Amino acid sequence: MSACADQELLLGGLVDGELDAAHTAIVEAHVARCEGCREELERLEALRNLLKSDGVRHAAPDSLKARIATHPELAPRAANENRLPNWLAPGLAGAVAASLALVTFLPAASSSVVEEQLVSSHVRSLQPGHLTDVQTTSQHIVKPWFNGRIDFAPPVPELADVGFPLAGGRLDSINGKTVAAIVYHRRLHTVNLFVWRDDGSLEKATVEDGFAINEWSSGGLRFAAVSDLGPAELKLFRQEFQRATGPS
Amino acid sequence: MRQRIGHELVKTFSLMRFATLRPTSASSVTALPSPSDAELAHNFQRTILPHLDGAYSLARYLTRDPVLSEDVVQDAVLRAYRAFGQFRGESPRAWLFAIVRNCCRSAQPGTSGRVTLVADPEAAFGDQADPALTPEQEAQRQDEISGVRSAIEAIPEPFREAVVLRDLEELSYAEIAQVTGVPMGTVMSRLARGRAMLAKELLPTKETESEQSRSVK
Repeated sequence: MSACADQELLLGGLVDGELDAAHTAIVEAHVARCEGCREELERLEALRNLLKSDGVRHAAPDSLKARIATHPELAPRAANENRLPNWLAPGLAGAVAASLALVTFLPAASSSVVEEQLVSSHVRSLQPGHLTDVQTTSQHIVKPWFNGRIDFAPPVPELADVGFPLAGGRLDSINGKTVAAIVYHRRLHTVNLFVWRDDGSLEKATVEDGFAINEWSSGGLRFAAVSDLGPAELKLFRQEFQRATGPS
Repeated sequence: MRQRIGHELVKTFSLMRFATLRPTSASSVTALPSPSDAELAHNFQRTILPHLDGAYSLARYLTRDPVLSEDVVQDAVLRAYRAFGQFRGESPRAWLFAIVRNCCRSAQPGTSGRVTLVADPEAAFGDQADPALTPEQEAQRQDEISGVRSAIEAIPEPFREAVVLRDLEELSYAEIAQVTGVPMGTVMSRLARGRAMLAKELLPTKETESEQSRSVK
């Protein structure tokens, strides 16, 4: 038993509620006396229910939402800054000069600038083709790659066995310094670990624009992990990283 | 033979009802005074961004690549934002989806330059887990969902696109015609064919034989 060929599109239209009253009446009358079309209608309805099951439709991942929320062109705050009316520009220049002066004379205040740059570097790195200059899952390729490009040797442990596979490395720039960026993955998320030379001692975890940042110092190097992972998972990353690189 | 009947049927249809459903062309609408950038950004966030899940789901089913889909949707949202000044309030969802679809067409798999990771099932479904189910039931449900997803991914693109837009995103025929740039009649026949393929794959096969005899005819 099968549906009548000339009714196929009409049955679809009926299931979709896209028929006008006259056609609905015609098709319903036909279905009432045609077993094949009745079965076909039931199949269409069963299929529709199956396709509508929760989870069949994909939801936008948090990383995508974060990329869009922090995109300089899309975030309204950034959009306003970029398209200031002309009369405001001189005032803004003054404000920038003033805040620069603040940053220069109050070193403590500069840390939030660093965090902003960490986040924007992280977001930029997620653009197509920007994530890694050396793309490999082997620590023995990433580590030597940094030689000659920077004047320090960042530790590059392999963390795949604890759920953070190494994806590669690249050079980046934070606060005017050239830094090493080591890239790890966690499921579909990306962790950028920025490493640069810094004698200070610092330990902190913050959230900036929805991105978790975890910073620490070790052996004359400053480490800053940035990711759209939750702060707890990023802390786990730090613990695993420190465990793998050993106490120093 | 079937083709011809279908064609004539569709012709009658468009005369009867669908003519009134055609999306209004932008030129026939009086241009509104151009709003400020902040207003534009605000309107964009309010009208377009709520459809981000749908845009991503569409991209996932069109490209079948999770990493590429993120790039494609970000690109599409940017383009939508830049063109938002010209948007004249038809269906914002259909408008965004049309841009996503174009971006999917120009994106080539493998050009993202990034490592494509195999999504682990926990990450894919974890956020939708139903706490009322036992672990076995949950595993079975996820198997079922994976089955439906792969079946959709397996059918050819024009049919896949129509089914995803209608049955997952619940767009009207008129909106699907707008997104895919084909006449309403084509939308209807693509939907019918796509659904027939999926039904064969996903529903109990008591009708397999008659299904075959029909396609021979």
